[in-house]
Formats: sequence, structure tokens, C-alpha cells
Amino acid sequence: MKRRDFLKLTGAAALGGCATGERRAKARVVVIGAGFGGATAAKYVAMWDPNIDVTLVERGERFVSCPISNLVLGGNRTMQDITRGYEGLRKYGVRMVNAEAAAVDGAKRSVTLKDGRTLAYDRLVLSPGVDFLFNEVQGYQGAEPRVLHAWKAGPQTVELRRQLEAMPDGGVYLLAVPVAPYRCPPGPYERACQVANYFKRVKPRSKVLVLDANPDVTSKGPLFKRAWEDLYKDILEYRPNAKVVAVDAAAMSVRTDFDTVKADVLNVVPPQRAADIALQAGIITTNNRWCDVDWRTMESKAVKGIHVLGDATLSASGMPKSGHMANAHAKVCAAALVELLNGREADANPVMNNTCYSFVSEREAMHVASVHQYDSGQKTLLPVKGAGGVSAARSELEAGYAWSWARNIWADMLA
Amino acid sequence: MIVRLLAAALAFAAGGAHAQENAAARSLAATCAACHGTDGRSVTQEVPSLAGLPREHIVAQMRAFRDGTQAASIMPQIAKGYTDTQFEALADYFARRPR
Repeated sequence: MKRRDFLKLTGAAALGGCATGERRAKARVVVIGAGFGGATAAKYVAMWDPNIDVTLVERGERFVSCPISNLVLGGNRTMQDITRGYEGLRKYGVRMVNAEAAAVDGAKRSVTLKDGRTLAYDRLVLSPGVDFLFNEVQGYQGAEPRVLHAWKAGPQTVELRRQLEAMPDGGVYLLAVPVAPYRCPPGPYERACQVANYFKRVKPRSKVLVLDANPDVTSKGPLFKRAWEDLYKDILEYRPNAKVVAVDAAAMSVRTDFDTVKADVLNVVPPQRAADIALQAGIITTNNRWCDVDWRTMESKAVKGIHVLGDATLSASGMPKSGHMANAHAKVCAAALVELLNGREADANPVMNNTCYSFVSEREAMHVASVHQYDSGQKTLLPVKGAGGVSAARSELEAGYAWSWARNIWADMLA
Repeated sequence: MIVRLLAAALAFAAGGAHAQENAAARSLAATCAACHGTDGRSVTQEVPSLAGLPREHIVAQMRAFRDGTQAASIMPQIAKGYTDTQFEALADYFARRPR
């Protein structure tokens, strides 16, 4: 313990001894966004320190998981399988507010909701996820719902599945992948597998066409390419360096820098940035897209008292935008908040890890994993060299682990 | 009075230091929870719970994963990211959790 903390503590003890029945008000933490980051942060702050008042603001009534949602598109899982309630957080004392946050005032430390209510905070946790840069794809405005992204699990997942079911055998499903970084690096390639899996079973004359803006598969490349070759050789075509710059919903086509491609189902995933509330709060620091943070506390480098989690952050080296990573961000943040709000210092050496499973069919999956330790010299989390890696091969064993992962992480954030 | 206050402050400070040490172990153990359940209590059959396992067993398993004497799909890759001291801290934490 440092001398400064000792003085703080002796000061607190002395004050406590002199106080005449007056109790200090509970510290208030407000969390915006009840996804993998926000729900985990709310639960862990309340669980680790019941004396902190925790309010969780979420516009959705129930949690719908992006991980596993590709299996709904493939017809291998249902929406019910990937949907969970928030009621489990009550037992920790988390107060749920089912509303949308409209504005954050970092100077006054208050949040205004769309319904006009305001919430005051001592520390704010923003886990807002991403919003889409529709303007970067010409013609996208107004093209929905004929053109879908389905990159937030929910109504678009249901609608895209409906389009796939309605597509006649012999049709073409087109998936456009944006330039990295985007939410869930292996997600597009898993989706291509799942749709190809559905076609193979039900519509064998149909095609999956992946137009990737990146020069190569951005995650688990050799494993995905092996699966495509082994399982979907005549169904799936992959084109790298094929950035979709325009969509035409009337003609059902997309344009790249080189040509125009027609398809029966257009699934165009636009580029992304930290969600609108992050922009409004003034915490976007980098490329007009992402929020830089102090990795020991997850506190914004732009506005004091605001902590940022998940996909909205400017990723540290080797760190994917994944649900598992957001869950890890949340625990470092929760631990730091408990220490800071009790007048102590945050852990100087936070540790995180990541595990992402991808299902290449209804029965086989594979993983990528990493461990990240704090480097006090570089003041950031760095992946540990020699640790982490990918599966030796896709397997049924890992499909079991993947579904186990989903149930355990959903329980870790919500139950 | 001064002596008593100082003694109380010292006791409080010692408790604070202990609390911080526990907080670090608790945070370390929390990095396992996404796959092994909150406080090491897994909700699935496929992945084992860690809560209540003997401290030495957890440390030995983690070392075996790291050193390649225990094969597995993912744990060897994860174990290589942690130090011996961290194995001991998280094992100590899980051993004290009720099953």
C-alpha cells in the first residue's frame, strides 16, 4: 500500500469515528447498454460491492445474443435459444431502467433519457456497441429492409432468415464484409458457412458469394478456407479485395470498384463506429470512430468519469471486437470502480483473455484465443507472446465447448 | 485516545491492504468466468466448475497445460498467458469458493 492511500484511509477512519450518525450517500454507478459489456459490468459492480447503487439503462426488453445468431440464419438454432431476460440481475440489486439514453453530460455527471428523466452518476459506464456508417455505402439509405446487415441480433436476424427461406433453390446469397475493424472478426465467415450449410441441406443448387473488402479472411483464415473446401466447395465462393461501395435495392445488385454483382438476397454489412451515444458524449477520440481508454480502469481518455466497454473502444493490440472481450473489459472496469469509489487505487496489472468459437456447420466448430496482460511501459494491454492461438482443426468436441461457452457467458452476465 | 485511534487506523489499513490483495485475485479469477461460470461455477456439463477444487490440483493442472504434459483444445493456449504467481492466486481464490 502506498503512503497516500494509508493517509486517505486513516483520514476516513478518523472521520468515521467523529461522525454523529450521518451516513455518506451511496456512490452511484449508471451503466448504459445491457449487452456483453454493460450487463456484466452492472452485475459485477453490484456483486463485488453491494454498497454501490447500480442502475442499468437498456432500450431492449430482452437480451438477444449476436454470438450464435449465425446459427439461427443457418436454421440450426432458434431466436428463443439466443434470447435471455434481464430479471436475473435483480438479485444483485441492479436497478433496470428499460429506456433509451438520449444524452450524457460529462461535466454535470448526468444522463438524460429519451422519456425526459435524468439520472445522476458518480461514475458512468458506456457500453453502447456500434452504429453503422450507412453513408459509406451509396444507396444504403432507404434500401432496408430489402438489403439487410443483420449485424445486431434481433429483428434483422429474423428477417434475413425469412429471406433465405423464401429464396428459390438456385438463387444467390451475397454477403459483403466491411474493412476491419468491425464487430466480430470471424463473424462473416461463420455466417457464410451457416448459410452454405442450410443451402447444402435444403437448396443445393444455390450459391453463397462473399465479397470481402479485406485482402484476406480476417480471422481463422486457414481453418475457414479448409472448411469451405471440404464442406461447401460447389456452394461457396470467396472474393477478397472486393469492397462494396454501392447498393441498388431496386435492381438487387451491389457495385464494387471493379464490377456490378446481382443476387437474390443482399446481406451488406456496413462499416461501423462507436454508437451514437458515444459520439454525443464526446468520447470518440480516434478516426471519428472509436473511444480510447485507460486500460487499467477503462476510463475514457477524453471525458473523466466515463468508462467505455466493448466494441466501442479503440481496440488494444491483438484485441478483437467480441462479446467475450467486452465481458473481460467489464470485469476490469467493475474491479476498478469498486476500488476507486472506496478511495483506493485500481489494480495496476489488469489481465484479460478472449475466446471466440465459430460454427462451420451444425456439428463442428473451432476457436481463436488470446491472453492480454498490462504492460506498464507501454501503458496498454498486450497479447502474451507464445500464448493463445487457433484450433488444430474444426471438431465436434469444440462445437460442444462453443455451445457451453454461450450458456456460461450468458449466465455470467445475466444470471 | 490518540494511541487508540492510531491502532484502529492501522488495523483498518491492514484490512484495506488485504482487501486489495483479494481484489486482485478475484479479478484474476474473473477472467476464467466467461467459460467456467461466475466464481467458477459452470452451468454446463461440457466445461468443469472450478469452485471448491483443491488449490494444488488447479495449480498442477494449469502447469501441465502450460508445459504440454496435459493435452486439450484450448487450455494449453490460455495457460501459457498466465504466470506461476497468477496460477497460485486464482487457484487460491477458487479453492475458497463454495461448490
